[in-house]
Amino acid sequence: MYASIRLLTTVLVLALFALSISLAAKPDRVNTAAGLAAWDQVYAVLVSPRCINCHTATNYPQQGDDRHRHFANVVRGPEGFGVPGLNCIGCHQESNADSTGVPGGPNWHLAPLSMQWQDVNDRPMSSAAVCRAVTDRSKNEDMDGPALLKHHAEADLVLWAWKPGLRPDGTMRTLPPISHQEFVAATRTWVEAGTPCPKGR
Amino acid sequence: MAKYRLTVNGSEKTVDVDPSTPLLWVLREELKMTGTKYGCGISACGACTVHVDGVATRSCVVPVSLIGKREIVTIEGVASDPVGRAVQDAWVEKDVVQCGYCQSGQVMSAVALLKGTPNPTEKEVDESMGGNLCRCATYVRIREAIASASRQIKGAA
Repeated sequence: MYASIRLLTTVLVLALFALSISLAAKPDRVNTAAGLAAWDQVYAVLVSPRCINCHTATNYPQQGDDRHRHFANVVRGPEGFGVPGLNCIGCHQESNADSTGVPGGPNWHLAPLSMQWQDVNDRPMSSAAVCRAVTDRSKNEDMDGPALLKHHAEADLVLWAWKPGLRPDGTMRTLPPISHQEFVAATRTWVEAGTPCPKGR
Repeated sequence: MAKYRLTVNGSEKTVDVDPSTPLLWVLREELKMTGTKYGCGISACGACTVHVDGVATRSCVVPVSLIGKREIVTIEGVASDPVGRAVQDAWVEKDVVQCGYCQSGQVMSAVALLKGTPNPTEKEVDESMGGNLCRCATYVRIREAIASASRQIKGAA
């Protein structure tokens, strides 16, 4: 009788243990899958022209939906703000200049080269490569997941992408593929899943 | 229309213009300061360059409503600054000007360059002046004048 109770107890403990492992493992898989799906949305925004045009790997920014080289021989400069006679803010003011078609936002500048999301031939990097760069704290100004979420939710030049103003011809600049609200929600899901990155190069 | 109080070359000026009016046209049409030139109107040539709080700025694309309290310096006022004076002297010394249309913009960009980088390399000169076009192609003399002004500034320091 006593042996039967011990056996039953052991079986029950093992069953509970197996169940707990199963319950613990399943949400992780779900979270990772949801996180990767959310990253796909985030990546689609990051490589859209309003964002990637200033995340170049070259000595110049780009402009336009065709991501052509910025006109007027504009160069990156040592800190990404242009050079003394040709600073970004020499044209790009604190807000959009819709009457002249020049976009603007606070502290207009290029992203650092460590945050390049395209190669030196101006081709967008893969989802996996951009994800690795974005999550590498030695490259991303030491931002952890919550800091990345805050950056996507609040940074002035990120917000600008959804209010990019008018082109010189008076038409509206193209927006990123999803709304800012959706972008932040996707970033939150990705961060809560532990900022998973797709496999591959 | 709206009223704007601007500080231009150290003097306060009040203008009553449409907020979307580019600074260039406020300077030229309202304040009759015609030293700053209209070239392309899209910030591609640099002829309209002035300084806004010390930053070389293309006045043709900046609406007056975005200037705020920042100080504007134009070609008419730049010689009151030692670097501005040195650049203008060097321009005369090297006889840079041919037709002259772009030169006020060239001078303003050169002054901004030398204030930020008193002893620029050739690459730094090329990059900083790359947005200022000259149809007479006085580029060689412009570079010589910038080098001369740089030496003058160092000598005076």
